Amino acid sequence: MKIIKAAVAGTLESSDIRIMLCPREEHGIEIELDSVVKAQFGPAIEHTVKQALAEFDIQDAFVQLQDKGALDCVIKARMQCAICRACEITYDWTKEDAQNEQ
Amino acid sequence: MIKNSLGRELPEQIGDYVVRPYQTAQGVPPSTGPVVTRRTAEHRQRGEEKLQPTLADAIRAAGLADGMTISFHHSFREGDLAVGQVLAAIRSLGIKNLRFAPSAVVNLKNFSLAEYVQDGTITSVEASGIRGELGDGIINGIITMEKPAILRPHGARPRAIEAGELQIDVAFIAASAADSYGNCTGQIGANPCGSLGYSFVDAHNAGRVIVLTDTLVPYPCCPVSISQQYVDYVVKVDEIGDPQKIGAGAARLTKNPRDLMIAEQVADVIAASRRFEEGFSFQTGAGAISIACTKFLADRMKTRGVTASFALGGITAAIIEMYDAGQIRAVECSQSFDAVAANAIASRSGVVEIDNADYSNAYSKGGFLNHLDFGVLGALEVDTDFNVNILTGSSGQMMGGLGGGPDVAAGAAISIVALPIVRGRTPSIVRHVFTCCTPGETVACVVTQAGIALNPRHLRYEELKQDLRNAGLPLVAIEELQQLAQSITGVPQPIATTEKVVAIVEYRDGTVVDVIRQIKNNAE
Repeated sequence: MKIIKAAVAGTLESSDIRIMLCPREEHGIEIELDSVVKAQFGPAIEHTVKQALAEFDIQDAFVQLQDKGALDCVIKARMQCAICRACEITYDWTKEDAQNEQ
Repeated sequence: MIKNSLGRELPEQIGDYVVRPYQTAQGVPPSTGPVVTRRTAEHRQRGEEKLQPTLADAIRAAGLADGMTISFHHSFREGDLAVGQVLAAIRSLGIKNLRFAPSAVVNLKNFSLAEYVQDGTITSVEASGIRGELGDGIINGIITMEKPAILRPHGARPRAIEAGELQIDVAFIAASAADSYGNCTGQIGANPCGSLGYSFVDAHNAGRVIVLTDTLVPYPCCPVSISQQYVDYVVKVDEIGDPQKIGAGAARLTKNPRDLMIAEQVADVIAASRRFEEGFSFQTGAGAISIACTKFLADRMKTRGVTASFALGGITAAIIEMYDAGQIRAVECSQSFDAVAANAIASRSGVVEIDNADYSNAYSKGGFLNHLDFGVLGALEVDTDFNVNILTGSSGQMMGGLGGGPDVAAGAAISIVALPIVRGRTPSIVRHVFTCCTPGETVACVVTQAGIALNPRHLRYEELKQDLRNAGLPLVAIEELQQLAQSITGVPQPIATTEKVVAIVEYRDGTVVDVIRQIKNNAE
């Protein structure tokens, strides 16, 4: 999937993360991470972000993260929201149902 | 490297500091000799003046010179305006290489303490904690000091002073009212901070004592906390501090449902104990959970029809309310945590100022803690050995101070640590605390929103277990709490440190519970 426009999801509240997703000219994923828990969870956060991008099959993106100690589930949800906005798609709510049935 | 009994790895020597490893909470035996003091006999003549026109004059008169030790109290907490003025005067006199030994370094924002370290005015620090720019700078290696900071709980500072390990050359005491002969207090005047509990030991043992006040009263000052017989000089300044900032944020009742839940469970634990009876005693402190807990405790006392003999330590408006309602016979204030508590001493006969040494020093003939039933403590981290971290944040910041935590844990019959299992994405129940401050063996009980864990190694484990079971309070193992926290946050990567020791954490007896090593710069 291709990113059409820049999009933001999330807030700068404690325990949240603000994610900005932008199109990227060059090939690949570029992540800029600013986090209050970077020392302990930096790689874990990047891993979650890459997983979310892979879920939507996004190859090229610039991701700017301002993390205020969000839990993994929050990061995932904010990523999904940012991707839907950036790609101008609606979230497929049946996706997880299908996974659960398998 | 040596290991103390808590399994913490310590160097045998750090510069000229010889490490005595922590052994037990009981502590090493006291020295049998007389206490060490710098106080000198004087022979003041009628008509001799103590009042000095400026701080610089007083500092010069006191003979402050390079390499000496200076001290302050932190009773104004972040509202303090005295330390900045004194350091500016010291700098103007060109005095360098001082050991800075206040009761605590709080996050003072009205001047930059770090600049006094960088320009060599201050070259070493000994306090109960170093919050703010300086502490963060030291732990991250942005600010380098030749000697590691020595951090001592409130009870250990008077011990170190009287043992000759921390000899104070000049003590600066900010008092909200003083007369020109040095009688002074924190209870009245334009800016009262309440108890001057931390300053007694300084006044009694420093080589020279300078009192700063913004309210000069006619002789004799009444009431008196620190007597004229200990004071060398008095200086009038514009302002010593802002009492409204003493309890910034701490004095309000939290609405956070998680914190309220924890606080209520702490009250449940206390109410379930056989020690919760007429004449019991307690200390709760000033955190959000602590204040809420005080309120819940007041309700439980009313329901059960019991009153307390005394409340101890840092006192809040919530405690004063209980006193006014007849629920507490005596309030022993080593510190006043908000403006209400600060004003309460002068107006209530049962609310009294006490010497911090009498509150927390294990090495004297006194010690209120030896009579304390319940002590409620906050924490940044607790590990599965019940060791408590109250100094360092998980990302390597200096987040807090030791305060009286280690003292209260060791002194109270039942010590309760109250904290949420996670804060943001940071687990607070962990396998190993980053910095050990309070030995696990002194912690009876950990209360979280996910359950109450009792420490099987605590002296009163069987008693408390029986009492909580009888009250029908469910118990969990500390390991379960750790697992639950980890399942929510994920497994954090350990913080990488260098070998350089930037701070030494002493226990009540002067042995070393842990050291803080400089955080490795994780810039890519």
